[in-house]
Amino acid sequence: MIAVVDYGVGNLFSLCASLKYLNIESVVTADKELLKKANGIILPGVGAFGDAASKLRESGLLEFLRDRAKSGKPFLGICLGMQLLFDKSYEYGEHDGLGLIKGEVCDLNLDTEGLKVPQIGWNSLTFKQKDDPLMKYVKEGSHVYYVHSFYAKNCDESIVAYSNYGVDVPGVVRNKNVYGTQFHPEKSGEVGLNMLRAFVEIAEGNG
Amino acid sequence: MITKRIIPCLDIRNGRVVKGMNFEGIKDVEDPTELARFYNKSGADELVFYDITASFEGRALFTDVLTKVASEIFIPLTVGGSVNSVEDFDRILKCGADKVSVNSGAIKNPSLIGEAAKRYGDQCVVLSMDVKRVDGRFTIFAKGGRENTGIDALEWAENGVKNGAGEIVVNSIDTDGVKGGFDIEMLEAVCDRVNVPVIASGGAGNMEHFLTLFNTLPKVDAGLAASIFHFKQVDIMELKEYLNDNGIPMRRI
Repeated sequence: MIAVVDYGVGNLFSLCASLKYLNIESVVTADKELLKKANGIILPGVGAFGDAASKLRESGLLEFLRDRAKSGKPFLGICLGMQLLFDKSYEYGEHDGLGLIKGEVCDLNLDTEGLKVPQIGWNSLTFKQKDDPLMKYVKEGSHVYYVHSFYAKNCDESIVAYSNYGVDVPGVVRNKNVYGTQFHPEKSGEVGLNMLRAFVEIAEGNG
Repeated sequence: MITKRIIPCLDIRNGRVVKGMNFEGIKDVEDPTELARFYNKSGADELVFYDITASFEGRALFTDVLTKVASEIFIPLTVGGSVNSVEDFDRILKCGADKVSVNSGAIKNPSLIGEAAKRYGDQCVVLSMDVKRVDGRFTIFAKGGRENTGIDALEWAENGVKNGAGEIVVNSIDTDGVKGGFDIEMLEAVCDRVNVPVIASGGAGNMEHFLTLFNTLPKVDAGLAASIFHFKQVDIMELKEYLNDNGIPMRRI
């Protein structure tokens, strides 16, 4: 079973529908017992970093999720959920994240001269690490769907795959059992579904 | 590298796909879920659904169609038609749409874009505008292109973005249904005024029209069309191969 963290951020319809489409048993929950029981945890998120981090903190999930991830539970952050994995974000101020992956989240606008921000659309993936289990069913050069205005920086050692948008934008990051995707796998057609399938296989293997 | 997007648009009335010529003379085409599946397999980068239903029953049918499509097709979905309030945004997003397109609703209620952007984020709000030349000036039309509002289209686009619209669809009434090519002059004027993705609509009749669009206006992000795709005059997969071969980056599937 996969648990999708429910902390009042964003629309979970597509993520849940894509797991269901793949015949993956999942639950949307903030219940710590269920989160503990799950083979893998997905942290979704759309919106502003500061709000999301406070919501996680207020619901008592921030420390809890950090502990679960550190204990080796397969973990996947999507979009803002990926950004929350890092140490810090500079979106409207300075906010602490979960600190599970080294690096910080910065304004794309400051590093992409002349390009439209947010980046909205399909961009191709270049692999930095070969044979990562999350990319088991994905070919290099595949396109994935991005919608974001901030991006992860100073996280070279954790980059699995990136896309170029004026700068190299980390698309898939990883620190041991903790994964993050800046793009939306649940909106990236077959390619995205294949990544979700691979994540569940990782989770079940470790479950 | 980020790709240009090819977007088929499905007008839905009472749960069925329709397409008008110059917004008049609507005729039934196909089942929306079937068509959505077909487009997804052909490599469409996004789907746009316009609900042109007036009745309550029709609205419920539309919601069912949308939920069904969003449960099996995992590419971005944009929904428009009769979006007049933040509650409409809520209803549509809960059915699995990613973006909501506002047209006449923003004319009737100028604060709608701002309110929706604040609640759901700029990336969720698409400003769709029907534009026609009136005395040489690009002018906003409402009610499916029937009513001249007198609003300057370029100012409207700029203000929409200022208020939080994350994308703009420019539908040229002058070229819509004519199949003589996109309205390059109008699109260029809009692109010069805003710095968010611009989606070109109205006038595509063949594959060359898309190539001309992206070659002439690199700032345009996507091309949208309906009938030429529905009637298979242009095949999306073939179109994307053709554009890719001619140096326009396209998503491969």
